[in-house]
Amino acid sequence: MADAVLIPKPRPARFALPARISPLLLAAGLVALVVLLPLIGLAAIAAEGSGDMWPHLIATVLPNALMETGLLLLGVGLSTVAVAVPCAWLVATCAFPGRKVLEWALLLPLAVPGYIVAFSYLDVLHPLGPVQEALRAVLGIASPRDLRLPDVRSTGGCILVLSAVLYPYVYLSARASFVLQSAAALEVARTLGASRWRAFLRIGLPLARPAIVAGLTLVLLETLGDIGASEFLGVRTLTVSIYTTWVNRSNLPGAAQIALVMLSLVLVLILVERAARRAKRFVATGSARPQAPTRLTGLAGLGAALFCAVPVTLGFVVPFVHLSISAVRRMADTGFPERIFGEAATTAGIALASTTLALSLGLVVTLAQRLTRAPLASGFARVASLGYAVPGTVLAVGLLSPLAGFDNALDHLLRQSFGISTGLLISGSGAALVMALAIRFLAIPIGGIEAGYAKLSPHLDMAARSLGSSKPRTVRRIHLPLLRPALATAALLVFVDAMKELPATLLLRPLGLETLATHVYGEAARGTYEDGALAALVILLVGLGPVILLARMSASALRSSAGRGRSSSPSPSEGVSPSGSD
Amino acid sequence: MAEFRPLCRVLAQHMLSRRLFSRSLLAGGALLLASPLVAPHAARAQQVVNVYTTREPGLAAPLFEAFTKATGIEVKSVYIKDGLAERVKAEGASSPADVLMTVDVGNLLDVVDAGVTQPVTSPALSAAIPANLRDPDGNWFALSLRARLVYTAKDVVKLSAITYEDLADPKWKGKICIRSGQHPYNVGLVAAYIVHHGEAKTEEWLRGVKANLARKAAGGDREGARDILGGICDLAVGNSYYVGLMRSGKGGPDQKKWGDGIGVLLPTFEGGGTHVNVSGAAVAKNAPHKAEAVKLLEFAVSPAMQAVYAQQNLEYPVLATAAIDPVIADLGPLKVDTISLVDIARNRKRASELIDKVGFDN
Repeated sequence: MADAVLIPKPRPARFALPARISPLLLAAGLVALVVLLPLIGLAAIAAEGSGDMWPHLIATVLPNALMETGLLLLGVGLSTVAVAVPCAWLVATCAFPGRKVLEWALLLPLAVPGYIVAFSYLDVLHPLGPVQEALRAVLGIASPRDLRLPDVRSTGGCILVLSAVLYPYVYLSARASFVLQSAAALEVARTLGASRWRAFLRIGLPLARPAIVAGLTLVLLETLGDIGASEFLGVRTLTVSIYTTWVNRSNLPGAAQIALVMLSLVLVLILVERAARRAKRFVATGSARPQAPTRLTGLAGLGAALFCAVPVTLGFVVPFVHLSISAVRRMADTGFPERIFGEAATTAGIALASTTLALSLGLVVTLAQRLTRAPLASGFARVASLGYAVPGTVLAVGLLSPLAGFDNALDHLLRQSFGISTGLLISGSGAALVMALAIRFLAIPIGGIEAGYAKLSPHLDMAARSLGSSKPRTVRRIHLPLLRPALATAALLVFVDAMKELPATLLLRPLGLETLATHVYGEAARGTYEDGALAALVILLVGLGPVILLARMSASALRSSAGRGRSSSPSPSEGVSPSGSD
Repeated sequence: MAEFRPLCRVLAQHMLSRRLFSRSLLAGGALLLASPLVAPHAARAQQVVNVYTTREPGLAAPLFEAFTKATGIEVKSVYIKDGLAERVKAEGASSPADVLMTVDVGNLLDVVDAGVTQPVTSPALSAAIPANLRDPDGNWFALSLRARLVYTAKDVVKLSAITYEDLADPKWKGKICIRSGQHPYNVGLVAAYIVHHGEAKTEEWLRGVKANLARKAAGGDREGARDILGGICDLAVGNSYYVGLMRSGKGGPDQKKWGDGIGVLLPTFEGGGTHVNVSGAAVAKNAPHKAEAVKLLEFAVSPAMQAVYAQQNLEYPVLATAAIDPVIADLGPLKVDTISLVDIARNRKRASELIDKVGFDN
C-alpha cells in the first residue's frame, strides 16, 4: 500500500466509473439518492396530471407571478449586495469607531426568521404604530386619515423585510474574502496610481466576486422559497402560486408541476453561475500578507459606523425591541406561558439532530470527492446540494409518500415475519422532520467543506501519504483539524436555519411536537400575534448564541489565517494543529 | 475567543476526528432511531385520541382540555396548516390519526374526497347538528359556524345594513380592506356568490371589489379593523369571531381599542342571508381509536362544549339551543344564507380561478 502512494493515481477518464468502486463513493451516491427522494416523490405526484391547469395559469397567474418574483429577486439581490459588500469591505479593511462590535453584530439578523420580521414591521410601520404616531405628533396631524404613507404590504415592503434578514449571507462570505485578499495586489494598484476607491472597484471587488456570488445565491434561493413573508405582505410569488394551486384548487399534481418547473429554472441559473465561475479561476495564495487597516477618523469614521449600523438596526434591533415590548406587555396581561421552555428544548433538539445529520452527510459527500477524485463524486455533491433550491413545503410534500411508503412496507414485512408492528417508524416520528431539514440544508455543509478543502493543497495529502499515513488517518489527522473552522461555521448556520424553518416543520412534525416556529405560526394564523411574540423572541434568543459564536469564530479564524507571519496575532498553529489534545 | 476554542476542539475531536464520520453517522442514526421510541409509544397505555387539525391550536385547545377533563382520554394533536389530507393519505394503514379537524368547508370536503375518512353513524351527532351542516353519509360534521361580516369606520360610515353585492359599488373606491382573495375564507365567499349569481356576474363583482381596495389584499381579518382605525379604509371584510376576540379584550388592550373602534354589519346576499363557513371534523379511515374519536365529536356538540365554542372562541354554535356569547349576540340576529355548503365547496375551484383572473391579489 505504502509504495502505491508515491505515484499519484492516474485520474480516471471523465464519466468512466473508477476501476474499484470505493465504499465512500457508494455512500456519497446514497446521500444523493436520499436528497433525490422528495424530488422523485414530487415527480410521481406531478405525473398524476393536472387537468386544465396550465392554460389558466399561463393566462392569469404566471405573468404577474413571474414579474413579482423577478422584481423581488432583483430587489433583494441588489439591496443585499449594496448593503453587505460595502459593510464587509469597511469592516475588513478599515478601522473606525464601533468596528469591533459591528463586525459581529452585522450577523445578528441571521437569527431572525423572515416571517417574524414581516409581522414586526407591519406593526411598527402601521398608521397606529410608533413610527407614524410619532410622525403625526411632530407634524401636528391628529387623525391618521390625514396622512397616508406607503403600505408595507407591497413588493417594496417585502424587499425591505427580506433584505434586512438575508444580507448576512453575502456579508459573511464577502468579508471572509476581503480579509483574505492579499495586501500586495491592492498595494500594487495603489502604487500604480489608483485611488483607494478605484483599488476597491478594480481589485478588491473582482477578487471577491466568487464569494459575493456564493452568498448571493443563498439569498436568492431563500427569497424564492420564502412563503411566510411574501404571503403575509401580499406578494404573489411563484411559490405562493404553488400554494394556491394546491390548497384552493385541490390540485396537488399541478402544484408539483409548477414546483418542478421552478426547480429546473433554479438549476439552470445555478449551472450558469458555476460555468461562469469556472471560466475565471481564482487562486488564493495561502500566505497572503494582510492589509494594514485604513484608519477612518472624524466624519468618515462616523459615516462608516452609521452605514454599517443601519442593516443591524433594520434586521435585528427593530424586530428585537418590538418583540420584547409586545412580549412583556402580553405577559403582564396573561402571565408567562410555561410551555415555552419545552418548545425551546424541542426546537433546539430538532435543530441539533438535523445539524448532526446534515454535517455527517455533508462530510461523506465531500470526502468522497476529495479522496476518490471521481467525477461521479462531484456529481453526487451537486445532486446532494439540491435541497436548498426546493421550498420547504414542496420538499415536505415530496417526502411524505416515500417515507410513509417505506414505513408501511417495513411494518407489513415485520408483522408478517415476526409479528412486530413498527407503525410509522420514520414519518410518525421526529425522524422525518430531522431528515427533511438535513436534506433542505445539506448544501450548507457541502459548500462549506468544499470551500475548506479548496484551501488545502492536494500536496498535503500526498505528503501525508508518502510519510506512510493511511487515507483514514490523513483525514483524521490532517483534513478534519484543518477543516474545523469550515465545519463549525456550517454547523452553526445549519442549526440556525433549521431552528427558524417553518413550512416543512409544520407538515412533517409528529403528533404533539411543538417547536417555537410552529407556535408563532399557530398564533399568527388566527391573528393573535401578541400571543406569539414571546415564542418569536425566544427564537431570536436561541439563535443568538450560535450566531455570536459564528461571528466570533469566523473573525478569529480569518484573523489567524490572514495573520500568518504577524507575530502579535495568536499562533496560527493553535487553530490548525493536527495534534490537539489527542 | 478563549471561551469557544475548547468547545470547538471538543466538537472537532469528539464528534468528528476519532472514528471519523462513522461515529457521527452513528450519532445521527441513533437519533433517527431513538426519536420514534420516545415520541408516540410513550402514551400507549393510557386511553388516547389523536387529532390532526388545520384549526388554529389556540382555538382547538379549549375543546381538547375539556374533553380530557371529562373523559380521562388524552388528546394528542398536531396543527398542520396545509397538507392534512396528503399526510393522512401517505401514512395509509399505519396512520395514527383518529380525528381530522379543519376550518373551511372546502378543506373539510377535500379530506373526504381524498378518501381518508370513514362514515360514522351517531344519534347524538345527528340530533345536535342540523342536516345541512353534516354529510348525509356521516363522513363529515360541522362543529361551529363563523359568519363573514363587514367592519365599518363607524364615525364615517353611517349604514344600518349592507349587501355583499354593495361591496362592488364604485362609491367605495379606495375604501375597502380585505385579506388575500385566495384565502379559504374569501374563496368560500366568492364560491357562494357564484352559487347565487353565476360566474359572469361574480367576475364583474370581483372586478368591482378589486377596484375598491384601499391596499393590497393581504394579512389577516383583524388587520382590517386595525386599518380602519389607522385611517386606511372605511370598510373591511372579516369573520365574526375576530370581532368577539377583539372586543372581549382577549387580545389585549390595543385590540379592544380596534374592536370597539369599528362598527359591525351582518351583510347578506340580495335575496339571501349571511355567508357562513364552518369548522368541522371527520373520523379518519384508519383511526386506531375510533370509539374515542366518535366520543370526541359527540363531546364537541354537547351543550356544554357548544357553549365553550360560543363563549371562548366567540363562534356561532351548531347546536340550536346553545347560547351565543353576548358580544356576538350584540352584532344582531344572524340570518344564515340557505344555499348548501356542499354547493359552496364544489364551486371553490372556479372561485379561486376567477380571483386569479381578475388579478384580485395583484
